[in-house]
Amino acid sequence: MNAFWSIIGRDLRLSVRHGADTLAALMFFVIASALFPLAVGPAPETLARLAPGIVWVCALLAALLPLDRLFGADFEDGTLDQLLLSGLPAALVALAKAISHWFSTGLPLLVVAVPVSLMLNLDNDALPVLIAGLLPGTALLSLFGTAGAALVIGARRGGVLLPLLVLPLTAPVVIFGVAAADAASQGMSFEAPLLFLAALFAGALPLCPLAAGAALRAAVE
Amino acid sequence: MVLEVQEIAAVRGERRIFGPLSFSAASGEAMLLVGPNGSGKSTLLRILAGLGRLAEGVVRWNGNDTLADRAAHAALVSYVGHLDAVKPGLTARENLGPNAEAGLAAMALSHLADQPARFFSAGQKRRLALARLACSQAPIWLLDEPTLGLDVASVARFGDLLAKHRAAGGIVLAATHLPLPLPEAKELRLA
Repeated sequence: MNAFWSIIGRDLRLSVRHGADTLAALMFFVIASALFPLAVGPAPETLARLAPGIVWVCALLAALLPLDRLFGADFEDGTLDQLLLSGLPAALVALAKAISHWFSTGLPLLVVAVPVSLMLNLDNDALPVLIAGLLPGTALLSLFGTAGAALVIGARRGGVLLPLLVLPLTAPVVIFGVAAADAASQGMSFEAPLLFLAALFAGALPLCPLAAGAALRAAVE
Repeated sequence: MVLEVQEIAAVRGERRIFGPLSFSAASGEAMLLVGPNGSGKSTLLRILAGLGRLAEGVVRWNGNDTLADRAAHAALVSYVGHLDAVKPGLTARENLGPNAEAGLAAMALSHLADQPARFFSAGQKRRLALARLACSQAPIWLLDEPTLGLDVASVARFGDLLAKHRAAGGIVLAATHLPLPLPEAKELRLA
């Protein structure tokens, strides 16, 4: 189990050392969200109506940015071989990578989503629900993203292929995430969509690392 | 402790790279893999490490089929490939992980322990990759061109490391085109 935590610790240390890469995803999130008031007009009611969707889609796209380096750098410099020889099953290596992606990208996005939502005039009642939905939501993005990133290792133009693989998978995540926040802003019950997100997370937690692990094994062969 | 390789072969696409190939290496033994470029030396090492795909044959460790459980097999081997697996953003000590001091001392890198590896020369990165061997307890060392880019003093130091490993009962398999400090090594020629 030590090897598992040391992969996470090492990746987090690297993401702090290469802080610019980590910040790039956050800045992308803020800037992309800030473009919407310019595009759809600054009317507060319009923005409040669109806010959950804007935050979700921008967070999703921002979380994709660091994915092609998630395994890419390790594959190119030989670290991936050493990770697979660390004595951990490949699926656990992938899970450790997904966890470090969440800590370095998902968690910061979750924090920045609060000021961005306020900027977009999101309803006060909907804000906690939006964040509660983003919590399993960003974790799902990390899991789907890890599986996708493992599949495109070594592929030519993998960075272009990756969003094409991952984005369709995230459709249900966006649907339920936005539905929960919408329901909350209209004063309706928001429990069901949040539970659906939690169920998706419970399904993806074992399945995505298994798929990613198999892809990692295939990539080094 | 004995590593037995029975009738193994590697296939890439439709082409057979080598095999069927059989050999064995016992405690303290060293084996040099020699052969022209493209003869499958690296492929053989990756298969023995549990990374490459074994097309046919069996690899046994003390009589057990060791590649059946790759996570367990990983505890037996320490692999140094063409790539150094050195992260430029981490210091030498952080790159080696637990047990770093033994590795740093073995390859005379202690004075650089807290330097980020991006300041290292190619030879120093190679030494850091080899230092990883000294940090592990694995009995089987699989080395792919280990001394490429090393200076004479470092090759001698690496020779001491290899000798110590063999004296402790370890096994060394190395692919190389350069003379390696491995006295009384058996030679395995791949065509």
